[in-house]
Amino acid sequence: MSDEFEPRIIAFCCQYCSYSAADMAGSMRLQYPTNVEIVLIPCTGRFDVILALKAFESGADGVYVAGCLEGNCHFVDGNIRAKKRVAYLANELKKIGIEPERIAMYNLSASMGPRFAEIVTEFTDNIKALGPSPVKKKLAA
Amino acid sequence: MIIAERKPIDEIKSFIEGQKKVLVVGCRGCVTVCNAGGTKEVEILASLLRLDAQKEGHDVTVDEHTLERQCDPEYIDELVEFVDKKYDAILSMACSVGPQFLSRRYPKENIFPALNTNFIGGALAHGIWAEHCQACGNCIIHKFGGMCPVTRCSKSLMNGPCGGSAGGVCEISKEVECIWHLIATKFMEEGKLEQFAPIQPIKDWSSSRDGGPRKIVREELVK
Ligand code: SF4
Repeated sequence: MSDEFEPRIIAFCCQYCSYSAADMAGSMRLQYPTNVEIVLIPCTGRFDVILALKAFESGADGVYVAGCLEGNCHFVDGNIRAKKRVAYLANELKKIGIEPERIAMYNLSASMGPRFAEIVTEFTDNIKALGPSPVKKKLAA
Repeated sequence: MIIAERKPIDEIKSFIEGQKKVLVVGCRGCVTVCNAGGTKEVEILASLLRLDAQKEGHDVTVDEHTLERQCDPEYIDELVEFVDKKYDAILSMACSVGPQFLSRRYPKENIFPALNTNFIGGALAHGIWAEHCQACGNCIIHKFGGMCPVTRCSKSLMNGPCGGSAGGVCEISKEVECIWHLIATKFMEEGKLEQFAPIQPIKDWSSSRDGGPRKIVREELVK
């Protein structure tokens, strides 16, 4: 078994876009890393700071929120709200010494299966480069 | 309502440095409505403190509890079951009344304010609050078109506007509207300028803070 760090990533995906895009990526037989665990949410407007915090507390190395393209939210501005919450949390994490890059916001549409796979790959690579969450490192020690 | 906001995380961390068992106490009153110290904010602060401690490899327990209110003794009493669990530090997420009431009721506990109490105000929109009352103890807004110059004029002028009013904005900052401009405009638009004209007498500040800390006793309610 390889010793390479395999991050645990939680993705909060909107049912109208990124969740469907994940299905499409699957139908298209696209390859992407298996590190991401998807949580279906009705809109990224449902995303709350505490959901990501709980994920980090439970040992996630990274969290991202994937919503519709800006201007295309089914509930008008859920994705804009989520973006602000992600920015707020990134700042709070930074203040307690956790890399703000461990949380991110992505936008895509339901028809963007390839982009879904690309995002999973990109975010997984980013988190691999950061290494395990500083919270987890100490827990294991 | 009372508008407050959470203190910077660094300041809160400094309160609990070296402590092993911490309790974060929220309040379901004003600070829940202004998203500063309700159940949700308690969860977020407690989670951030736990993450911070875990990251440093410190074994710290951070518990959470939200009281109905922290400005009434009967609710403060409810915290006794938590206090019995012996916390090294208690962080109150109420306005400054909360940590003061907690300190009086539980004098042996290490109690800290996790919020800064800012002002009495209202929500202009979700996430935006503005000061509207200074609790001067003698409301006179009916004389000013329903607006409070005591609070909303930077100089608390009773006869404004002053020479610093320009284009509806106060001289102290482009971000501050001149309330006297709004008052005058309202009277003009309603064609009631004569009601605006009378010179207001000097305000009696004895009902305000100038008379020292205030207290109200309502005999018909006192048991
Ligand atoms: S400009 Fe208007 S609000 Fe500012 S001090 Fe003068 S009267 Fe008061």
